[in-house]
Amino acid sequence: MALASPPDGADLARALRKRPLRRPGENLIVVALVLCAVVSIATTFAIIYVLFSDAIGFFREVSFWHFFNPGNEWQTLFNPRSFGVWELVLGTINVTLWSMVIALPLGLAAAVYLSEYAHVQTRRFLKPLLELLAGVPTVVYAYFALTFISDDVLLPLLGGNVSFFNSLSASIMLGLMILPIIASVSEDAMASVPRDLREAAYGLGATRLEVAFRVVFPAAISGIMAAILLAIARVIGETMIVAVAAGSTPNLSLSPLESIQTMTGYMLQVALGDAARGTTDYTSLFAVGALLFLMTFVLNVAAQIIVRRFREAYE
Amino acid sequence: MSAAETTPQDVTLQAEGSVARRQAWSRTSRWLLLAATLLGLVVLLILGIDNAIVGIPSLDWDFLSNYPSRFAERAGIRSSILGSVWVLVFTVIFAIPVAVGAAVWMEEFAPQNAILTTVRLNIANLAGVPSIIYGILGLAVFVRLMELGPSILAGALTLALMILPMTVITSVEAINQVAPSIREGSLALGATRWQTVWNHVLPGAMPGILTGTILAVARAAGETAALIMIGAFTFIAFDPSLSFSGLLDSFTTLPIQVYNWTIRPQPEFRANAAAGIIVLMIAVIGLNALALVVRDRLRRN
Repeated sequence: MALASPPDGADLARALRKRPLRRPGENLIVVALVLCAVVSIATTFAIIYVLFSDAIGFFREVSFWHFFNPGNEWQTLFNPRSFGVWELVLGTINVTLWSMVIALPLGLAAAVYLSEYAHVQTRRFLKPLLELLAGVPTVVYAYFALTFISDDVLLPLLGGNVSFFNSLSASIMLGLMILPIIASVSEDAMASVPRDLREAAYGLGATRLEVAFRVVFPAAISGIMAAILLAIARVIGETMIVAVAAGSTPNLSLSPLESIQTMTGYMLQVALGDAARGTTDYTSLFAVGALLFLMTFVLNVAAQIIVRRFREAYE
Repeated sequence: MSAAETTPQDVTLQAEGSVARRQAWSRTSRWLLLAATLLGLVVLLILGIDNAIVGIPSLDWDFLSNYPSRFAERAGIRSSILGSVWVLVFTVIFAIPVAVGAAVWMEEFAPQNAILTTVRLNIANLAGVPSIIYGILGLAVFVRLMELGPSILAGALTLALMILPMTVITSVEAINQVAPSIREGSLALGATRWQTVWNHVLPGAMPGILTGTILAVARAAGETAALIMIGAFTFIAFDPSLSFSGLLDSFTTLPIQVYNWTIRPQPEFRANAAAGIIVLMIAVIGLNALALVVRDRLRRN
């Protein structure tokens, strides 16, 4: 508006309109930038195409019902072979369950501590340290799970009750890995709870503990749910820890002490073997991969929807 | 209220009964919660010390400079370190320009419509796709379809796609942090939109982009599953050649070598795995620390 007020405003406006907003050649740059964004869309389409085209090949050999029937085993080594994916899915659920038993209390405690108790400086120091737990390469956790947790702790402690490869050792390391996800996403949710709620509770005589768990925690519950979903998505997609430490025997069990095989563990096993292209062994990799992709996709989308809803509630 | 009616002893802030109990619980809870926060770190520290005890005796110059071997005491990580460095260099070359380009388009040029929303949601979802799925994608597209084989080029392209979403997200955040007044000032002085982006927005966003890049490299440096998926689980006893045709050589990386030693039944290889982990963890922690330093240093300037 200020530009229009001088007497030569009309001339200036005309001059500005004539000025090219782009130099020649800049359109090409914008096209290049658009192509960069297209790469990400193309990646998604490529993933879906690759997984589902070979999965369709698999389902020509093995019926849909056979694949999802909970009564069928997953047994691909000798004839008659059987492809009941439920055993692998339950293996994945097994490690998810036990890793959440470990990570959920610790992660939420860390979130409450960092958001409600810690000094600003303590938080600035502790947060990057906690993030480091998620930055450790998973092959390192895999080695720790097998040699230190299973061999040095669980076997001497539990003796014959626990098998050498067991879901517990993998779950403990998975729990460490996802702890920062639960802690930091939940802490973000708690930090965005309005101060008024806390101050009202303190004004009524509540202690810090009561404010944290009876006011802030319930108010942040949707963010905490999102954190849990994201953590589950990380666990079910993790490969090295479960492939090394949890075993390679598909097993319809939720026990933490038995040897199991997860979906990702099976996929890595196929990759390490020499399944020829086009065989059922090879295409089963894509069928299991497609199922894994769908599961993580649903969890991630659900987490995003929840996060967006809860942000709207306070802004 | 005169002093005669209430002596100082009567006016006390010390709570009694149930209030005192609640306050005691609250005070205790601080230490319980702190203990729970630190527990995970303590476990990692113990594991790290345990690992150092097992691994340090094997960690010498021979270990760093030898090729892998059937004999544990002669085996080293020369080819896996060189392989890791070479793959990561090309991962960065492939991923970062595309990631920054996509972020610039999304923040500076894209029309605010459903297409932009779709691209945003798509990138958020790609960030949650498990690495082993990227491995399958690399296997099908780069190794088989483009016939690159389990080569350095195929590995770098696979890892580039894997780190692309997180680098786009951090670049978008970095560009977002650049004050709108800087853009408006540049545009008002007659610069075109691209001149504004190139001369003002990108330099301002550089610390954030660089930090995100370093963290993405740290993640790619530890990646194992995706590379095994494309067939990089091989015995390599030669240095990668520094030529274009060398990009089609097969390779191994440090995490793959650690995995190889971990799953061997012979206990002698455990010490090698532990020593490899020490090198890998120094690299990963070093990169994370570098990211923090870069962010602080450049932000201050």
